[in-house]
Amino acid sequence: MDFVRFEDVSLAYQPDAPFAIEDVSLSIRENEFISLVGPSGCGKSTVMKLVTGLKPPSKGYVYVDGRQVAGPQKCVGMAFQASNLLPWRTTLQNVMLPMEIVEPYRSTLRARRAEYEEQARALLKRVGLAGCEDKFPWELSGGMQQRASICRALIHKPRLLMLDEPFGALDAFTREELWCMVRDLWQEEPFTVVLVTHDLREAVFLADTVYVMSKRPGRILVKRDIELPRPRDLDVTYTEPFAAYVHELREHIGHIRGT
Amino acid sequence: MLSQKTLIRLAPWLVVLFCAVLWEAIVVGFKVPSFLFPSLSAVWGATLMHWDPIMMHATQTLFTTLAGFAIAVVFGLALGAAVGSSPVIYKALYPLLVGFNSIPKVAFVPVLVVWFGIGTVPAILTAFLISFFPVVVNVATGLATLEPEMEDVLRSLGASRLDILKKVGLPRAMPYFFASLKVAITLAFVGSVIAETVASNLGIGYLMMAASSSMDMALVFAGLIVIGIMGVVMYELFALVERKVTGWAHRNPNGAM
Ligand SMILES: Nc1ncnc2c1ncn2[C@@H]1O[C@H](COP(=O)(O)OP(=O)(O)OP(=O)(O)O)[C@@H](O)[C@H]1O
Ligand SMILES: [Mg+2]
Repeated sequence: MDFVRFEDVSLAYQPDAPFAIEDVSLSIRENEFISLVGPSGCGKSTVMKLVTGLKPPSKGYVYVDGRQVAGPQKCVGMAFQASNLLPWRTTLQNVMLPMEIVEPYRSTLRARRAEYEEQARALLKRVGLAGCEDKFPWELSGGMQQRASICRALIHKPRLLMLDEPFGALDAFTREELWCMVRDLWQEEPFTVVLVTHDLREAVFLADTVYVMSKRPGRILVKRDIELPRPRDLDVTYTEPFAAYVHELREHIGHIRGT
Repeated sequence: MLSQKTLIRLAPWLVVLFCAVLWEAIVVGFKVPSFLFPSLSAVWGATLMHWDPIMMHATQTLFTTLAGFAIAVVFGLALGAAVGSSPVIYKALYPLLVGFNSIPKVAFVPVLVVWFGIGTVPAILTAFLISFFPVVVNVATGLATLEPEMEDVLRSLGASRLDILKKVGLPRAMPYFFASLKVAITLAFVGSVIAETVASNLGIGYLMMAASSSMDMALVFAGLIVIGIMGVVMYELFALVERKVTGWAHRNPNGAM
């Protein structure tokens, strides 16, 4: 059974505007890690908004967990290129934010705050942020902020994690560190991931399946299964099969841009 | 040699001292008649002589100002929250608010006198009317600057509009809110004193009107200085509160994000 399913989905932001995405069909298994790549403005973030129910489709159907999506999902984790941490909250308080909103945590927060905070601390420690719990976001580096942002997206154990270019603003070394961090978190306690990225190496390294989208209006041009064995080590990025995947995807993108 | 820091701390006092000396020197030096422009020492003399009535009237003015200001804060916060969190209310109310704010508030005093009679109530209401606008505008601005991505994060967690307002909107608007309090409190003094000069028998405004009709210019100036001092003290007080409560907005090099 598919966890996320798009059936011929199109979306126009305004009723008379051209479609931002058109006839997109895809299906994502539970706990699958998929990646969306494509030229800027092709509608990758738009697909995210449809999955999370922030936008209803103009045409077609979106299903999550067997049910048609009507209105915002209740407990999706999201992280963006900007960490969007709240500057008046400490790192720990930022990570605790979903616990104040998502059930069942919300109604039990008062009684079980210590326990939930312990979970948040453990998660922060897990991503290498032990000792930063009481720091404010502006006291953290960009990479650390992004780690905290991903903790915030995962603390309430969502079944669906949406990552919209979360490593886009980081340097190459930090980026690879965070790839491994996401890989490990996902491998330990799997959840379904949709990762939007401009970095083909990132897509191939992390994803089970890579979808390439066309220029606006965005359509799915290619669906590529990445059959590299797991768990994947960073060394895999220097191997022949890895390079072949990246090269192949690179060519698809080249075609889009060329035409 | 004075360090930069001490100099910055002393500078405002030095400027005040300089103005005082200049004032005294000009009045004494040019022998300006004191029914036109009394010397500072004459003003000081009048202050000491009328100390008790001045304190009594100053307390009254402080009370009306703070009362009007308090209403303005509550009302401004509520209206600002409404205007800032709903585009419809924003569109609907903004022209009216701007229009209202363009009317000189002294024009309302006669109306208030007819409704409430001479006294404390028109002064409180004038202070309120003149000072709520900056609170509304600042709170609304603070609320309206919510990043769409943060909104997406919260909505996809299942947050209601009220949740978003409480968790992000209001905290984000707090620096704007506290900044507006400094402006609003000084405006509130303007409002209460205006009303007292025309429609009261209490307060510094009334004291000054009474003094000027008996040609006691030294007392008029004493009143002006008392208002100024109260304004500065209240301004500094709210600036202090602002720094304490919303320190994150100032320590963060990127501003309120
Ligand atoms: N809120 C909006 N209102 C109107 N049009 C929008 C809105 N958001 C996106 N669009 C349009 O929809 C199209 C797809 O936008 P989207 O943000 O999904 O692209 P993207 O693939 O995420 O691009 P990027 O890689 O630059 O982030 C764009 O042409 C954009 O102009
Ligand atoms: Mg995007």
